Amino acid sequence: MSTRSSMLLGFLLLALSVLLCALGLGVGSTGLESVLHMWADPVASQIVLDIRAPRTLGAWAAGALLGLAGAVAQGLFRNPLADPFLLGSASGASLAVAVSLAALGVSPFAEAWLVRLGLTGAAFLGAVGAVLLTLTLAKGVQHTLRLLLAGVVVGMVLGALTSLVTIAVPQTLQAMQAFILGSTGFVGWQSLGIMLLSGAVCLGVAWAFSRTLDALALGEHTAQSLGLPLRPARFALIAVVALATGTAVAHTGLIAFVGLAAPHLVRGAVRTTYAQLVVLASLMGGVLLLAADILARGLIAPQEIPVGVLTATLGGGYLLWLMHRRAG
Amino acid sequence: MNKVVAFDVGDLCVSLGAGRHACPVLQHLNTTIATGRWTCVVGPNGAGKSTFLRALAGLVPTQQGRVNVNGKALHDYSHRERAKTLAWLAQGGADQAADDLSTYDIVMLGRLPHLPWLSPPGPADHAAVQQAMEQTRVWEWRGRVLGSLSGGERQRVLLARLLAVQAGIVLMDEPLANLDPPHQADWIALVRSLVAQGRTVVTVLHEISLALLADELLVMQAGQLKYSGPSHEPAAHQALQTVFDHRLSIHQVNNRWLVLPT
Repeated sequence: MSTRSSMLLGFLLLALSVLLCALGLGVGSTGLESVLHMWADPVASQIVLDIRAPRTLGAWAAGALLGLAGAVAQGLFRNPLADPFLLGSASGASLAVAVSLAALGVSPFAEAWLVRLGLTGAAFLGAVGAVLLTLTLAKGVQHTLRLLLAGVVVGMVLGALTSLVTIAVPQTLQAMQAFILGSTGFVGWQSLGIMLLSGAVCLGVAWAFSRTLDALALGEHTAQSLGLPLRPARFALIAVVALATGTAVAHTGLIAFVGLAAPHLVRGAVRTTYAQLVVLASLMGGVLLLAADILARGLIAPQEIPVGVLTATLGGGYLLWLMHRRAG
Repeated sequence: MNKVVAFDVGDLCVSLGAGRHACPVLQHLNTTIATGRWTCVVGPNGAGKSTFLRALAGLVPTQQGRVNVNGKALHDYSHRERAKTLAWLAQGGADQAADDLSTYDIVMLGRLPHLPWLSPPGPADHAAVQQAMEQTRVWEWRGRVLGSLSGGERQRVLLARLLAVQAGIVLMDEPLANLDPPHQADWIALVRSLVAQGRTVVTVLHEISLALLADELLVMQAGQLKYSGPSHEPAAHQALQTVFDHRLSIHQVNNRWLVLPT
């Protein structure tokens, strides 16, 4: 049945991930030469090991976090258009970054480690704070529609505040734009570690509650009649969405579309239960963002295209094709 | 005769909505529902039939009164214990969110009350799923996804999901929606076989002629019970006429009741 094709897709995505990682080591402003000379040349080795390797793996990890958050959000809200930024995390992170930039008066491209770390922390706190604000406005997790509406309101209001801050301190405009488009350029080994750890925790929790997500597809009352503890399950799953999105946004900015597209791309290939979907959507998200990142670095090397532009184009295009194929 | 009682409902009040918008749906309901019988709830739109069924299933908060199941207060049951005792089928089938699940996976969801957290289904669960799917004749579609089935076919898959729980009490909210006449007949045979096994079946039906095939009838209007008792009594017909504004004509044809709108 569907288990075999799920396994097949899983292996395919894993193989693709490994392949793309290898490719990712060889693409960049100095090209393949850095890899060829890395044993002889310390600079080349530094480029490959300390810049390209964590960045490549980091792009994969961030994509996996977004894919996982997207799959969980779509199951939890029983809405195929749900994406990880639905609960206001994106706008919360933007506002926090805008305020930090305005207060510190620095560009996100600053080399200073302290500043990078500060911005990452601010983005994470902003994302999680916005989700908590949404939960407060929705008076808990019980009502799906109220949660969605609260998420929209929080997104709007925080978005407006962000614009206000950016207009008030115009020097931050360019830096904010870079954050909004997303970039994997600042991911170091430490960031990668944090993302992988958070991803493992989130995936474990999502998998543990995957049967609740399946049952929710039959409606909330049916899930309740099956004896599932819905309230703790919702708390745990919303925490997964908040933590996964917050971690990804903090390290790579607002990367659009991966969270929305990854679960749909999996569903286009196999129809399966959430126990497998959360794993496959994570892998798919990783592959999608890594592929986009490699293209972003390679297409017009030594220049770079913001990776968010590519994910939107690639993911959107494929999704359109998928919709067309399903409808026809 | 001392009948064992599946449900004992006393002074039950339920309001839907919150705060200023709260609307009393069930008002001081008192009734009992016998074990091992088929009880059918009928009444005009908005009478509170579905809410009553949900209250029996423990799915809506009650403002006042008691619901005892097999002699024990419903709120004293644990989630899992309640889910094993009572199986409930929603009105209107599944929405699109379930379209991507295979029919087998959907019926397997009925085994959730029996599965410890995180443990995979065992042979007994697979056997229960197969039996339930054969009972509603959907076993041959076990590999298909729900989205590829028609309305009536989906309904039969959801019925199998309900049966897979193997609960002693089965609650169904308008289970005949989208079923064609042969499958309605199958459904009645199914209910009869459940009752013959000693199980309790409570259904909400809009098809009055079929409702009159039930053992017991509960006639509701505006959140109150107007009749409860055997469905063949003249008083039952009288209550139906009252709640439907005398716009029914009830005929006897071949030893069955035929109810037509007038």
